[in-house]
Amino acid sequence: MSDATNEGRGDHLLSERLAAGRRPVVGLVDDAELLRFSTAGSVDDGKSTLIGRLLYDTKTVFEDQVRHVEDVSRRRGDERVNLALLTDGLRAEREQGITIDVAYRYFATRKRKFIIADTPGHIQYTRNMVTGASTASLSIILVDARHGMVEQSRRHAFIASLLRIPHLVFAVNKMDLVDWSEARFEEIEAEFRNFAARLDVQDIAFIPISALTGANVVEHSRDTPWYHGPTLLYHLETVHIASDRNLIDVRFPVQRVIRPESAEFPDYRGYAGQVAGGVLRPGDEVVVLPSGLSTRITRIEQLGQEMEAAFPPMSVTVHLADDLDVSRGDLLCRPNNQPIVGQDLDAMVCWMSDRPLQARGRYAIKHTTRWGRAVVTDLLYRLDVNTGHRDEAAPELKLNDLGRIRLRTTTPILYDPYRRNRVTGSFILVDEANNTTVAAGMLLAPE
Amino acid sequence: MMRSYCRSHLRTLEDEAVHILRELAAERERPCLLFSGGKDSIVLLRLAEKAFRPARFPFPLLHVDTGHNFPETLEYRDRRVAEIGERLIVASVQDSIDRGRVTEETGPRASRNRLQTTTLLDAIEEHQFDAAIGGARRDEERARAKERIFSHRDEFGQWDPKNQRPELWALYNGRVRRGEHMRVFPLSNWTELDVWQYVELEDIPLPSIYFAHQREVFDRDGMLYASNPYIKLLPGERLRTEVVRFRTIGDMTCTGAVASDARTLEAVIAEVAAARITERGATRADDRFTEAAMEDRKREGYF
Ligand SMILES: Nc1nc2c(ncn2[C@@H]2O[C@H](COP(=O)(O)OP(=O)(O)O)[C@@H](O)[C@H]2O)c(=O)[nH]1
Repeated sequence: MSDATNEGRGDHLLSERLAAGRRPVVGLVDDAELLRFSTAGSVDDGKSTLIGRLLYDTKTVFEDQVRHVEDVSRRRGDERVNLALLTDGLRAEREQGITIDVAYRYFATRKRKFIIADTPGHIQYTRNMVTGASTASLSIILVDARHGMVEQSRRHAFIASLLRIPHLVFAVNKMDLVDWSEARFEEIEAEFRNFAARLDVQDIAFIPISALTGANVVEHSRDTPWYHGPTLLYHLETVHIASDRNLIDVRFPVQRVIRPESAEFPDYRGYAGQVAGGVLRPGDEVVVLPSGLSTRITRIEQLGQEMEAAFPPMSVTVHLADDLDVSRGDLLCRPNNQPIVGQDLDAMVCWMSDRPLQARGRYAIKHTTRWGRAVVTDLLYRLDVNTGHRDEAAPELKLNDLGRIRLRTTTPILYDPYRRNRVTGSFILVDEANNTTVAAGMLLAPE
Repeated sequence: MMRSYCRSHLRTLEDEAVHILRELAAERERPCLLFSGGKDSIVLLRLAEKAFRPARFPFPLLHVDTGHNFPETLEYRDRRVAEIGERLIVASVQDSIDRGRVTEETGPRASRNRLQTTTLLDAIEEHQFDAAIGGARRDEERARAKERIFSHRDEFGQWDPKNQRPELWALYNGRVRRGEHMRVFPLSNWTELDVWQYVELEDIPLPSIYFAHQREVFDRDGMLYASNPYIKLLPGERLRTEVVRFRTIGDMTCTGAVASDARTLEAVIAEVAAARITERGATRADDRFTEAAMEDRKREGYF
């Protein structure tokens, strides 16, 4: 690949191909990394226009889609082609003229592939924002340059930090409406930095843009000669995401035991799963939890192809030296670096159901590959996402509320604090009466 | 030397899909995998091999056969199923018609596309499947962009886009009540180009009609249709021979061809990468009739 900054990344694909005697397709970068990001903003900040702009300017939008939005724009009497329509999903929402759920969009450049979780910004949709944020490595928060930081921007930033999104981008939009004013941009940046200092986010960027004109979205704009930072797209293409994963604490939740018991594979026994943390290698000593028995990794493979190492987010099959009783829900880790094992859990939750959470409520809980049951033993406080105020007198959590709770589970949970590992630190609660997912939970270190 | 521990986007998508398949196998007792012989379901088969081999798949394959398939697709289907040694169940739209479950459409634009929904739901009920794995992608069509990876269907097989379960991290909730089922879409986050690149990376054979070949075609509604026994030509429509390939391979009555001389996988990928028209927009008559066509069909229980 011609990209000099590539650092040889991903050339395993190239070597795989060469080994198979095939050459890669010229001109296509299929070794590109994947970046998942979410977008948030208040209504009318220009989020849909921005996403439409990113898709359009990266030539991701197809002619039939453009024709389609041209048609719809004309029918609705819009004066120009409304790029925002490119991202409007379901019919009911189009009719209401708002985005009401999480929608996923895809685009690619030569450097990276992107998955956008497009989430709405109104307060009643906190749950959608949390959903979109749960898988994102980066979040773009739209700010209207005329209004600066509003309550919703604070909430978006707060949720991004709560969900441990490592990279935040404040896209200060509609710069054309403030005469491309450097002073205004700096004022907004200062205001946000002040607020963001209290948040737990590793990396924050500020970019002055106009989604409408395209300024600093894909191309640098002559309207902002004072701005020397990257364009939004360049930032998305280059932000360093490799170290976002936890490559230190080995965590391998067993998803499935593969035992063909066939004539061809009478003794095959593999433990299949997706690496949740650390790097596993053949020869490594491991402990199986919750039994606590030790053994050694003999092979790591997938469909018969041997691997030297497995790391997040690889889905692999691990073979162990000893015939132990290992089943789905168990976890492999290193002897001297083990997760917390507990039945009394402290967690922040986002409540996602019309039926409020109440102390003593009973739910099914899913954590990594394990289902169990849990009772809410305590509601410590409800958190006001706008002010950070903790309401300790709150009797319940309603739809879209965030709060801190304590749970007691029927079986031990093998976990890490969410801030240490987003996979082994997260869970969902499910209402057993109707099977709906009612809460997203992030585990805290025990006190 | 510092190791970078990077994972390419294709392998990351593969990791995710394999994880989804294994979760489904644990969450549901009686799943099936919808296998049409099209490239998306062909990729699903490879992912299922990655997820479960050397053991057998924990589910049979289900083909909803409209009776209007390209012969090349059926030939491929049977060959591939024999190779991988898994069980195939064929649910036939013709049977549904014969049993009076559905009524054949008439007229020049008649298609069995919509009838498939009934055949599929009947098969799910007959075999008591509680989950069906499909190859749909969110980039295919706008109604799909919001659908969950584990997508709940009520006892009528219907999807309620307004009332979907939140889906967080990779923690899938596959719980259903009796009579309900899950649709599971491991390729949700794949694009058309990803699928093609994966086919190339994994060296997966495809039905021949995905590659440029000579065929008798005719023009209708701005699309190129293959001459076939199930469509009658309208006045003014004339057959001609053209070098074409198919981007999707559904029912012959509603699947269009594109003029192309891409005879190899490399050439097809180069064309897809440069394409300016979406796959469905170019070649699926079924989505063109109303703006929200797909959404309507999905609500009813379509794939
Ligand atoms: N002047 C100006 N208008 C913008 C800009 N971005 C969006 N808009 C307009 O702001 C309105 C709301 O935009 P939209 O993308 O629908 O906002 P959303 O509710 O955040 O998705 C529309 O009329 C857009 O044309 C911008 O950069 N400059």
